[in-house]
Amino acid sequence: MKKSQFRSPLYPYLLLLPQLSIVVIFFYWPAAEAIRSSFYLEDPFGFSSTFVGLDNFKDMVLRSDYVATARFTVIFSVLVTFFSLATALLLAVTADRVLRGASTYKTLLMWVYAIAPPVAGLIGIMLFDNLVGPITEFFRTIGWDFKLGVNRFDTAFAMITISIWKQIPVNFIFFLSGLQGIPKSVQEAASIDCKSTLRRFWTITFPLLAPTGFFLLIINITYSLFDTFGVIDVVLKGEPGNNPVTLVYKVFLDGFRGNDLGGSSAQSVILMVLVLILTVFQFRMIERRVHYS
Amino acid sequence: MTIRNLFAGAMATAMTATISLPALAATDITWWHAMGGQLGETVNEIAEKFNASQSDYKITPVFKGTYEETMTAGIAAFRGGEQPNVIQVFDAGAATLIGAKGAVIPAQDLMNDNGVPFNIEDYISGVRYFYADSDGTMIGMPFNSSTPILYYNEDALKKAGVTAPKTWEEFQSVTAPKLKEAGYVPLSQSHLPWIFTENFYSRHNLEFATRANGYESGTPVMLLTESPIKGHFTAVKEWYDNGMFGWYGTGWTDNQKPFNEGQVAMWLGSSGSFGGVKASAKFPFSATYLPYWESITKDPKQTFIGGAALFAMSGHPKEENEAVAQFFKFLTSPEIQYFWHKETGYVPITTAAYDLAKKDGYYKETPQAEIGIKQLSLPAGEWTKGYRLGFYVQVRDVMNREYGKIFAGEKTVDAAFETIEEESNNLLDRFSKTMGN
Repeated sequence: MKKSQFRSPLYPYLLLLPQLSIVVIFFYWPAAEAIRSSFYLEDPFGFSSTFVGLDNFKDMVLRSDYVATARFTVIFSVLVTFFSLATALLLAVTADRVLRGASTYKTLLMWVYAIAPPVAGLIGIMLFDNLVGPITEFFRTIGWDFKLGVNRFDTAFAMITISIWKQIPVNFIFFLSGLQGIPKSVQEAASIDCKSTLRRFWTITFPLLAPTGFFLLIINITYSLFDTFGVIDVVLKGEPGNNPVTLVYKVFLDGFRGNDLGGSSAQSVILMVLVLILTVFQFRMIERRVHYS
Repeated sequence: MTIRNLFAGAMATAMTATISLPALAATDITWWHAMGGQLGETVNEIAEKFNASQSDYKITPVFKGTYEETMTAGIAAFRGGEQPNVIQVFDAGAATLIGAKGAVIPAQDLMNDNGVPFNIEDYISGVRYFYADSDGTMIGMPFNSSTPILYYNEDALKKAGVTAPKTWEEFQSVTAPKLKEAGYVPLSQSHLPWIFTENFYSRHNLEFATRANGYESGTPVMLLTESPIKGHFTAVKEWYDNGMFGWYGTGWTDNQKPFNEGQVAMWLGSSGSFGGVKASAKFPFSATYLPYWESITKDPKQTFIGGAALFAMSGHPKEENEAVAQFFKFLTSPEIQYFWHKETGYVPITTAAYDLAKKDGYYKETPQAEIGIKQLSLPAGEWTKGYRLGFYVQVRDVMNREYGKIFAGEKTVDAAFETIEEESNNLLDRFSKTMGN
């Protein structure tokens, strides 16, 4: 292979500059700003600003709902990630086997991907509406007195279901292309050796899908932590009340609704650290078991 | 920001050069508001009327989303030096705006400095001091003001053979059981912090927070756990359990809808909801005062207003401030107030406007529309002026959360109020520190 050489040593940096400046302006600068203001108490208009050390962190974590919110965030993320991956995998494996009408089937499943989270939330709350929602009516016929916005559990159920539904298509597309990338020869060889479809799936197909799966795991955890904001906001109709919220939504509530800049920044710094730990953990622990061919 | 400005400036210059505008241009001012839908159209109409009434000033209203969104946008704009001349800020956000010394020009000073006559006594008593400082200087110009009143379905009450309750005792022993028997959910309400908390204190003339309900400087402390409010919520929870009170979540419309659809017989909402109820209810309805507990007071008082005020933001040239003063003068004129009152259901804020509405016979056709202003004109008490509490949006969120826990049976009334008091006081303390006190 021919080794390309840049004429000037500065040239590659120049080419990298647009990308780097975007990263710096939109990611590092706000992050640094958040870290700075998490140590200050500042009135929203910026007239006075006092250094308070770790007081913001202490104030936020000691609130009675912080631990509950953190716990809900974990449950929410685990459920959303697990079910959106599992359902998508199931659908992808089924779609992979279909020969006739495959493209129609695929298109129908991918469709939902085009829906923006707030719109998905809107469709969701129509389906779960207390007075006219068809899903609510169905639950009532089977004896579950479903009440969105009144009962914590029911609200959480709706939020999680809508978030999973919204994410399935993305996972489906990736899993399907992952499955179609597995060489036919390998699968045929496996079917000579083993009769059980299920066993073949777990011993041959699943490990070969692992790179895709690992990538999707990270994407889905990020989705459930951050991108579900729109769904949650629509389901809550702007009034959290006694309903569960995620940590990201709480940052918004305190910062944008309540104008508590220091407190909100402290919460987002905590969140940043958590995500950092999670990412390091994922790459250290899980990626080792993933084989890239 | 600067590049865009530069570009816009260049464009403007180019356009002026080519079209050559009249030499004497009107002073432009902007007004950020949170009035969507039908209300927004009425706001636009007021602006058009103002612009048509004279040629020196031109106001441009801009819809900025919900109350919270409008306020956040205003704050961000202020920090960027691009704040609007006038911003509409809601009751719960007033402390943040007024507490930030230098963010706004008091409406009273603005009008006095620009030769616009101002007399605080012209304003109806329930509205007068809500957006004022501790000396009684009006800071925000009350704009859309409403107060909680009781709407009732006349058919439902007739069917049950009852009249609208004056007191909660009457509701509990007579009205609610009969309505329940007649197949209705007797009552729902749309804002627990506003209707069942803040206005509970006002109606019964109880001290809500120390330091004159927070108007005086220093850090106020909320007075909840030692207050009769716990008795009120104990009763409400009992009603809820016995099917005498419906609670459909924290959202406003979720609680209004069952009333509009005739399942709920009586609904506590805003006097400003009148138009909305009228548009969707298919039954004759009327309204009356917010009930009170006779066991707490034999002499019920006026209630607090809810809604929002217009604030003149600082940092603008003198001519623009003058334009804002002229706009405030126009806005508070009896004709415009009457127009606003009739179109939206919000109360007229001046006695002159109220008199005009009476003289015009408006209340003869629609007596329900007068309930709000009549309730605000009831005798005032020591604690009925209003409240000025910081981080109040969060305080209300805490209340809503804990009230939800009471209804769900997750917490007792005592435990819930202990949490509300503790967390609210922490928030007030934090707010005070934030404002540099």
